[in-house]
Amino acid sequence: MASPKPLPSKKFPALSEAFGENSIQVGAIALDREHAIELAGNLLVASGRTTPDYTDEMIAALEQHGPYMVIAPGIALVHGRPSEAVLETGLSLVVLGEPVEFQHETNDPVRLVVGLCAFDHSSHIEIMQELAQALSDDELVNSLLNAPDSEHIRQLFEI
Amino acid sequence: MKIMAVCGMGIGTSVLLKMNAEKVLRQLGLEATVEATDVNTARNTRDAQIILTTPDLVESLAGLPAEIISIEHFFDLEEITGKLSKSLL
Repeated sequence: MASPKPLPSKKFPALSEAFGENSIQVGAIALDREHAIELAGNLLVASGRTTPDYTDEMIAALEQHGPYMVIAPGIALVHGRPSEAVLETGLSLVVLGEPVEFQHETNDPVRLVVGLCAFDHSSHIEIMQELAQALSDDELVNSLLNAPDSEHIRQLFEI
Repeated sequence: MKIMAVCGMGIGTSVLLKMNAEKVLRQLGLEATVEATDVNTARNTRDAQIILTTPDLVESLAGLPAEIISIEHFFDLEEITGKLSKSLL
């Protein structure tokens, strides 16, 4: 009799944890960059990680510092700072149906908007490590862009 | 040597930048401390030799006694390696 196979370990344990229920939206339409950030913020609220104030803080960061959060071609990492509006460290992901201009010099247009909220300055470091690993993987990014629904994306992080 | 990775808030973009900069420094065999921080803290810091940041924030860091290197694509280790080694080697 063959011995039972061990359960496969998750490739992105911190990411699976960081994406709460209702934190991923596929095929969303954003009218402009502020709206794209708002969508990512709404998902953080919907998944119980932030209050709506945090969404306003994320949009204010864009107004104050410019579109620096477009960290790679097509990918924006939108976030505020740790504050009372953060209930728990977490992530959200919006896969835009239509690309949106963030007015970034080199990395426009944006198709993936990752929302981040951190409870403090250190609790999210593992999440960031896995996020860097995931987003530098072109094949994985492609799968995110072409995912038919949010469940499909969740499975990409669970495997 | 101290390197600062700077973004608007000091928790997201700068943390990614710090991680990839550390990876590149290890590959180059260079020793340096990389700190992730926000723009306002960076403006009041005088002991960093190099500041890594994004094109949008370069202007707000001008005038500091550090070399400012702007990184466009955070996951492109070649870009980070090229720019850091140009400055350090």
